Amino acid sequence: MLQAVNLDVHYGGIAAVRGISFAVEKGELVCLIGANGAGKTSTLKAIARMIPSSGEIHYRDMRLDNLPSHDLIRHGLALVPEGRGIFARLTVAENLTMGAYHRNDKAEIGLDLQRIFEMLPRLKERAAQVAGTLSGGEQQMLAIGRALMGRPQLLLLDEPSMGLAPLMVEKVFEVIRAVAAEGVTIFLVEQNARLALQTCSRGYVMESGEITLADTAANLLADPRVREAYLGE
Amino acid sequence: MEIFVQQIINGLTAGSVYALVALGYTMVYGIIQLINFAHGEVVMIGGMVALTVITTLVGMGLPLPPIVLVLAGILAAIPICMALGYLLERAAYRPLRHAPRLAPLITAIGMSMVLQQVALLIWGRDPKAFPQIMENKSFIIAGASITSVQIAIILMSVLIMATLTWFVYRTRFGIAIRATAENVNVAALMGVDANRTIAATFVIGAGLAAVAGVMYGTYYGITHYTMGFMLGLKAFSAAVLGGIGNLAGAMLGGILLGLVEALGAGYIGEFTDLCRWPLVDGLLVERCANGGHVVLFGSNYQDVFAFMVLILVLVFRPSGLLGERVSERA
Repeated sequence: MLQAVNLDVHYGGIAAVRGISFAVEKGELVCLIGANGAGKTSTLKAIARMIPSSGEIHYRDMRLDNLPSHDLIRHGLALVPEGRGIFARLTVAENLTMGAYHRNDKAEIGLDLQRIFEMLPRLKERAAQVAGTLSGGEQQMLAIGRALMGRPQLLLLDEPSMGLAPLMVEKVFEVIRAVAAEGVTIFLVEQNARLALQTCSRGYVMESGEITLADTAANLLADPRVREAYLGE
Repeated sequence: MEIFVQQIINGLTAGSVYALVALGYTMVYGIIQLINFAHGEVVMIGGMVALTVITTLVGMGLPLPPIVLVLAGILAAIPICMALGYLLERAAYRPLRHAPRLAPLITAIGMSMVLQQVALLIWGRDPKAFPQIMENKSFIIAGASITSVQIAIILMSVLIMATLTWFVYRTRFGIAIRATAENVNVAALMGVDANRTIAATFVIGAGLAAVAGVMYGTYYGITHYTMGFMLGLKAFSAAVLGGIGNLAGAMLGGILLGLVEALGAGYIGEFTDLCRWPLVDGLLVERCANGGHVVLFGSNYQDVFAFMVLILVLVFRPSGLLGERVSERA
């Protein structure tokens, strides 16, 4: 469903991503783990066309690297950006409305909104509240809910656990598993390697802009290099 | 007391015009952090276009009621100003979207001059009098008079501001404009084409400017190719007073600025009349005798107040009256 070939991202003269290749098949939950600054976020931003890159990005039957960012959701690709990127001055309801901005099926949008309120009841309680007043965990839920309002086929998640209390991280990952169970393909970028690998079926390990390991999540969890570098054992 | 009520009425009228113009500044600033200094010229061109249309219609000698004439002027000015607003954004500002912020700002000042010179070429250097098309009926309230033109201006601007508020807060496209203003990149992930929302704010602002230009022309009875300069600066001050980037702030700032200016103009003569100052009247006994006055500043100093307000706001509350922002949690 998603395939990157020789993806390269540069900031000025500094290479953040060095010719990586990876693939995510339909229905998979794949994660990309690595330390801070390994190039994970740059990889996601390049896929979402938020930053320029070279190399090829294939999505379904098209080349993403020629498309503007605002065309992607129409093709079913959504990104929950690092730091959540909620619209802090808009209400929770307005944030969710924005998630369905590209859609015109009003009745269906209403049903999706109900579904999301059922899945994330806190959002319903706070629907009229300005999103900037939510707690970090609630904001993460809102960001995911907003992305789901776009009915994505492929969901990119950038560090959903960042800055959250352990209990909240658990809840966020429960939601991610539930979304995956509904058939949405997910590509998850995460620093919390253990949690990510326990959630995903396959994983890639990124180091200094390169992919150094690629395997099933179970094998990666057992791999001594991963255990030492990312699981703290 | 009559002076007070009268100046409140005058201030509300001028303030309504400032508010409409200030909205254009604040919407554009809210979305791309640009102070569109050419905005005052868009107001001027709106006034000029309406004047041309109304004068032509009057010259044709058709027995049209005044309200139709004014509406024809407004309906001609709105699309022309909107096209101009779009053109400004497309040709002058969009190519500089990723340039340092100083570049579009200087371009805006340049566009202001260009538009003034274009207006000079089209409409000439002399002030143009708006044709006296309607009998300006006055009504007396608490000893002060309010004219039908003033009532029309105040009501119309309230109606326009209410419509704009509804549009920005209740419609999908309005929410998209606010989302873009907050985070262009994330709004794009939702499918919002930033170029479209940004162009829309210019076009909407220019539409409001067109109406303001016609109001200004009919109220003061005159248009001039430089009129956008001072009006633009005052409306900009109003937007800063309310908190630039904030819609309600622009409305509030415009009305307040109109009131401050009108009250200032109404009372400055009295307060700077040396004959009323106990310390100095000894020196001026002769001139103050028999109810004489030695006035330092007359109401022609009214322009000073707008800029005094601007300076005070910048010194004591740079974010403006309503300019507080909800902070996003990291």
